[in-house]
Amino acid sequence: MYSFEPSEEQKMLIDAINRYAVNDLRRKAHDADEEYGYPKEVLEKGWELGVLQASIPEAYGGFGEHSVLTGVLAAEEMAYGDFAATLAVLTPGLFALPILACGTEEQKQTYLPPIAEGEWLPYTAACIEPSFDFDLLEMRTTAQQQNGGYLLRGEKIYVPFAADAEQMIVYANLEGKTQGFIVHKDTPGLTVGDRQKTLGINALPIYKVTLQDVFVPAEQRLGGPQGHDPTPIFDSMHLAMAAMAIGVSRAAFEYSRDYAKEREVFGVKVAQKQAIAFMLAEMATEIEAIRLLTWEAAWMVDNHKENASKQAYLAHIGAMDMAMMVTDRAVQILGGHGYIREHPVELWMRNGRGFAMLTGLGMI
Amino acid sequence: MIEFEMPKPIAQQSYVLQTVAENMMRPVSRYFDEHEHEIPWDYINFMHMAMRATGAGSLAPPAEKKKEGEEEERKEKRPPIGYQMLAFMLEMLSWGDVGIYLCTPGGGLGAAAVEAAGTPEQKQKFLARFRDEKPVFAAMAMTEPHCGSDTSAIRTTAVLDKNTNEWVLNGEKIFVTAGQKSLEESNGFVVVWATIDPSAGRAGMRSFVVEAGTPGVKVTKLEHKMGIRASDTASIVLQDARVPFENILGSPEIQPDTSKGFKGAMATFDATRPLVAATGVGVARATLELVKELLAKQGIEIRYGLPRSKLTNIEREIIDMEVMLRSAWLLVIKAVWMADNRKPNPLEASMAKLRAGDVVTKITQRALELMGPIGYSRDYLLEKWFRDAKITDIYEGTGQINRLVVARNILGYSGRELR
Ligand SMILES: Cc1cc2nc3c(=O)[nH]c(=O)nc-3n(C[C@H](O)[C@H](O)[C@H](O)COP(=O)(O)OP(=O)(O)OC[C@H]3O[C@@H](n4cnc5c(N)ncnc54)[C@H](O)[C@@H]3O)c2cc1C
Repeated sequence: MYSFEPSEEQKMLIDAINRYAVNDLRRKAHDADEEYGYPKEVLEKGWELGVLQASIPEAYGGFGEHSVLTGVLAAEEMAYGDFAATLAVLTPGLFALPILACGTEEQKQTYLPPIAEGEWLPYTAACIEPSFDFDLLEMRTTAQQQNGGYLLRGEKIYVPFAADAEQMIVYANLEGKTQGFIVHKDTPGLTVGDRQKTLGINALPIYKVTLQDVFVPAEQRLGGPQGHDPTPIFDSMHLAMAAMAIGVSRAAFEYSRDYAKEREVFGVKVAQKQAIAFMLAEMATEIEAIRLLTWEAAWMVDNHKENASKQAYLAHIGAMDMAMMVTDRAVQILGGHGYIREHPVELWMRNGRGFAMLTGLGMI
Repeated sequence: MIEFEMPKPIAQQSYVLQTVAENMMRPVSRYFDEHEHEIPWDYINFMHMAMRATGAGSLAPPAEKKKEGEEEERKEKRPPIGYQMLAFMLEMLSWGDVGIYLCTPGGGLGAAAVEAAGTPEQKQKFLARFRDEKPVFAAMAMTEPHCGSDTSAIRTTAVLDKNTNEWVLNGEKIFVTAGQKSLEESNGFVVVWATIDPSAGRAGMRSFVVEAGTPGVKVTKLEHKMGIRASDTASIVLQDARVPFENILGSPEIQPDTSKGFKGAMATFDATRPLVAATGVGVARATLELVKELLAKQGIEIRYGLPRSKLTNIEREIIDMEVMLRSAWLLVIKAVWMADNRKPNPLEASMAKLRAGDVVTKITQRALELMGPIGYSRDYLLEKWFRDAKITDIYEGTGQINRLVVARNILGYSGRELR
C-alpha cells in the first residue's frame, strides 16, 4: 500500500518536537548564531525529547527501535526550528548510531547504555576532510594495519564538540574502504585544533582534528577486526541532511510567505504579484516533492529494499538543490529586509548552502 | 503509517500493461507519428476488449462497486486504490506511447466529467455505453478560440427551449482531445461547457452531454500538432444543437453568489490533473531509460554516492533527472492516493501537474542535448518524446495556471486576490 500518513506515535513525536522548535529554537536561533552557541539547557531540553534514545533498543538502554523514517520526520521538525541546534542536539547520535548499526555486540553493550541512559554528552564523530572533493567513499585519512590494530593518519574538520568529547568515531580509508574507528580523545597523536568558523551553523562548536599515527586496537574498529559495511552509515548521513534541508526550507518558505502577505507594494500585497506568488508556489511544490523522495528513501532503508542507498543519495542531492533554491528565494521575497540579520531568512540561506557539503555532520 | 509498497494489484497490472506498451505501442509509435490523423484501431480494439473483460481503466470511483452486493462489504476493508491504479496505468501506457494512449477508448475526460458531476441516472445513461460491443470515446470541450486558461470567459451559450424542454447550444469549441473519435467514430459524446446566463459569469457555467449524431454538431477541423499526433484534436461547431433537458450536468438553476458550475469543472481537474501528470511522467521515464541504455552501450555506468564535484557531467545530468522524475511521480501518487481516500486535493493535484510539466519538459530537452546528433535523429524516439512531453505543461491547466492554483491555496487567496 501507499500511505502518506505518519503513525500516531510519529505524530506525537512531531508535535513535541514542533513545540520545542518553535518555542525554544526559533526564539533563540538568532542570538545563538551571533554568540556562537546555545546555552546547555536548550540542548538538554532537545535531548530530553528522546529522538536518539527512542532509536536504541531497550537491551542497550534505550526505549525503541531504530527507524530512519521516524528519524527523518524528527529531523525535519527540529531543523524547522534551527539547523545548528538540531546538529548539536543530535551530535551524540554521530557516535551511537554507527555503533548501533555496525558495532559488535560488545561495542553496543559497552558504549550505548551510558549514552541512552544519560544526559546530553558530547560524543561525536570525525568525518569531513578539508578538500573540495571530500568523498565518503574515498577518504584521504588512512588506516593502516599495525600489529593488533590500526594506525590512523590524516586531517578532519568540522568535528562537533571535539574539544569536550571523550570519545569519537573517526572514519578512515582502510585499503580503499571507509571504516569507522572508536577513538578515545586522549589517544596519543590525536590533536583537537582551534574552533572553526563557517558560513553558517555558528551555533555549533566545530573543530579541526589531526591524527598523527594514532594507534587504535583492532577491537576498537567498528564491527571488530572484521570491520563493517559502511552503507547504513552513509544512508543515514544522506537522509539526515535531506531531512534537515526540508525543515530549514519549510521555515524559510513559511516566513517569506507570511511576510509577503503583510508587505504592501504598489497598492497591493507583495504576495498578490505573480512574480512572487509563483516563486512561493514553486517553493512549496519543491519542498513537498523532495519530502516525498526523502520519505520513500527512508522507508526503503528501513525495509531493506534494493536500491535504498541510491535513493537516499538521490534524496540528498535533490534536497541540497531544493534548500539553496528555497532559502535564496526567501531572502529575495523580503527584498532588502531579507539581507538584514534581524530577519532569520539570511541565516537560513547561509544554512541552505551547507547541505551540499556537511554530509557526515548529522545522522538519524 | 507512511508506506511506499506498491499494492499487488498495481504490480500485476503494470506487468500486463508493459507487455501491451512494448508490443502494441512502441512498434507503431513512429508510424502513427508520421501518419497524423490515422487512427490506431488495432490498439483501440485490443484495449477495448481487454478493458471490457477486466473492468480496468474506468474512472468510476471504486465505491461504486459496493452496490453490486454485500460480497464486497464482507471482505476486509482495504483502502481504495482506484485512482492509483489509473495513474499507474496511464504512466505505463504513456511510457509506451502517449499519443496512442490518448486514443484509449473508455471515455477519458468526458467520462470523468460525468462521473464527477452527474446524477446516478445520468451516469447510468451516459457511461453504460463504454461496455458496448464496439469501442466508444468521449471528450471534454471547454476551450474556445478566444479563451483557454480563462475558462470563465467562454461564450458558448445554452438556452432552454421551454416548448420542447431542450437546451439549444451555440458556439465553437477548439482543441477537443478525441473530439472526432467521440462524435464521428463511435457512439460517444462530448461534454460541452456553456453558459446558461452570460450575465452571471462563473455562476452561469454548466456542462452538457452532447451525444454523437446530435444535429447541428459538427467537427470542423483536426489540428496538426508538434507531438501526440496519434491523438485527434478537434474543433467543434455547435449550431442550434439541441440536447434533452436531462443532459445538463448539475443544477439548471442559477444561484447568485455561487460559482457552483465553475466549481464542478474545477473539481474534475482535481481528479484529472494528477492523471495528466502521470502521462507526462511515463514519457520522461521512457526517455531516461533509453538514454541510460544508450550510455551503457558505450560502457558508461552512472556512479551514485559521490560528491557532485567528482561526477562527470553526464552523471550529474542523469542523477538530476532521476531526482526530478521520481519526486514528480511521488507527488502524483500522493495526489491520487488522496483522491482515493476522499481527501480534498486541489493543492496536491496542481502541485503534481506543475511539477510534472516542469520536469518532463526539462528531462526530454536535456536528454536530447546529452545524446547529441542521436537525440535529434528520427532513428530514435527521443526527438518524438521531446515533442510529446511538452503538452504536459499546457493542457489541463498550463504550468502558470497550476502555479496560480497552488499559490492561492498556500496564500489563502481567492481568484480575485491573485489573478
Ligand atoms: C493538444 C491539445 C489538447 C487539448 N485538449 C483539450 C480538451 O480535450 N478539452 C479542452 O477543453 N481543452 C483542451 N486543450 C486546450 C488547453 O487546455 C488550452 O490550450 C490551455 O488551457 C491554454 O489555453 P490557451 O491555449 O487558450 O492559452 P491562453 O489561455 O491564451 O494562455 C497563453 C499564456 O498565458 C498564460 N496565462 C494565462 N492566464 C494566465 C494568468 N492568469 N496568469 C499568468 N499566466 C497566464 C498561459 O499559461 C500561457 O502561457 C487542448 C490543447 C492542446 C494543445
